[in-house]
Amino acid sequence: MAMPDAANNGFIRRELMGIYAVWWREFKVFQREKSRIVSSIVQPLMWLFLFGSGVGASVSVSNINYQDYIYPGILAMLVLFGSVYFGLYIVWDRKLDVLKAILVAPVSRLSVFMGKVLGGCTDVTMQIIILFLFSFMFPSINPWGIPQALLLLFITSIALVSMGLALGSLFESLEGFQLISSFLIFPLFFLSGALFPVDDKLPFWLRGLVKINPLTYAVDGVRGALLNIHIFPFYVDFIVVTFFAVIMFLIGSVLFSRMK
Amino acid sequence: MSIITTKGLTKNYGKIEAVRSIDLNIEKGEIFGLLGPNGAGKTTTIGMLCTIVRPTSGTAAIAGCDVIKEPAQVRRKVGIVFQDPTLDTVLSGRENLELHARLYGIPRAVREKRITEMLELVDLRQRSDDLTRTYSGGMRRRLELARGLLHRPAVLFLDEPTLGLDPQTRARIWEYIKRMAQVEQTTVVLTTHYMEEAEQVCDRVGIIDHGRIIELNSPDALKESMGGDTVMLKVKEPDLEKIRSLPYVSKAAVIDGLVEITMRNANQHLPDLLSHIQNVECVEIKVPTLSDVFIKLTGRDIREDAPEDSGGWVDSVVRYRQRGS
Repeated sequence: MAMPDAANNGFIRRELMGIYAVWWREFKVFQREKSRIVSSIVQPLMWLFLFGSGVGASVSVSNINYQDYIYPGILAMLVLFGSVYFGLYIVWDRKLDVLKAILVAPVSRLSVFMGKVLGGCTDVTMQIIILFLFSFMFPSINPWGIPQALLLLFITSIALVSMGLALGSLFESLEGFQLISSFLIFPLFFLSGALFPVDDKLPFWLRGLVKINPLTYAVDGVRGALLNIHIFPFYVDFIVVTFFAVIMFLIGSVLFSRMK
Repeated sequence: MSIITTKGLTKNYGKIEAVRSIDLNIEKGEIFGLLGPNGAGKTTTIGMLCTIVRPTSGTAAIAGCDVIKEPAQVRRKVGIVFQDPTLDTVLSGRENLELHARLYGIPRAVREKRITEMLELVDLRQRSDDLTRTYSGGMRRRLELARGLLHRPAVLFLDEPTLGLDPQTRARIWEYIKRMAQVEQTTVVLTTHYMEEAEQVCDRVGIIDHGRIIELNSPDALKESMGGDTVMLKVKEPDLEKIRSLPYVSKAAVIDGLVEITMRNANQHLPDLLSHIQNVECVEIKVPTLSDVFIKLTGRDIREDAPEDSGGWVDSVVRYRQRGS
């Protein structure tokens, strides 16, 4: 079906403005909720300095300090928790009817979804950048690997915000939060190799579960970029994470569009 | 010219017939009220006209655009103020309008000017940079009115715009609605269960019950259909024949020792009426209200099942879940 160019341009311009509008709203919220940002940064720092120092006192991995070893894993953890919770937050938005006014606007659901995903990714990426500011405290970290790590974490964030929004579209109350935390977020975290090396010493069942977890590839890629310790070549990590992001984005956009 | 036309507009939720074959013509520039008890189908009807609810059958068009075939065009032509507040309380008043302006594709060149203009119209310019969570209920409603009209819609839908507000605030909100409809030259379609308020604001009202429009006319015409005003007099030895012979009197009878007279425009003709009767001790005028019309048509008071003022979101979630299923 041929559409006149002018009408087509108008349509694309309006949808882009809609995506921007939703992103802009999320960014304003991010700027306002400073206490949330502080608490979301403090938690990974506690993992690094309290948990990391404690375990690191008697353990070292691949000849480097344990704290340095888990630094990439903790970055992935921040992305995982930050992204999924951001997405799940739409349950609350719907409860407060904040979304209602946005959903009746002449902007497609897909654009609203994209705006939300970008908003969540921005939110998480800012937190990651703050965490990178502490990287000088970990002597084994190669600062030149940061851009590569950031790229991979950004793509991971697209996948996980989409996943959170997909779940948020299905749930109607906040009661599901605990379930999702226990049965999805924590297993994804513990099975990602964030806290331990994935090698032949692992029981075979655990190794199997770790290898089917897409987050493992994010952790591996980031660890490769920052510490040059990795199981897979970077391109494999990159392809797996990107594929995961595409699938989650598609599932999320469909569920979000069907959301009542 | 009709700006809204519906033909056989129907919505069923499973076996429940929420709206049954509504035919409506709403004229450009009028303030039209849909009155009816809770569950009568008001919100569903508005939902269909705003493309939020998909009709089961029938058609509806707004400014020439079909709600089923051209939902995007319809959405651009309507403004909506929902029953439950939908402001973003994390944003300031101005930011709420900025978000809306972008969602409705208002070009940057006119955005700021238009937002300021609307903030002034609802007297919120001084408070526009405060977060809306600090606003009172009346201020929030006013900002929602401003938001609903920001993109210059052809039709503004207001679902129970004064629900949950105190009487003084309600009166002010109606003033704003009238003023804004006039300034913006917008057609307004509203629902309310405050009959006396609808009477003062609406050019025409449609009374809706069990999903059907059972009466549609101007408030004055509806009240006249009640047979006129009633005047009750306490008089010794009334001359009923003489009273009945007066041109504006349609009925006169003695009931419980009082003379009950049914007549046109009691306010205007009362002095003349009294000049024909001697020794009047006491006078009472009863002018029919829309509530009386409602009771006559449906056999019950609209307040008997007035909507509850809280817990609204649960209802709206239920409504949304039902959409399209």
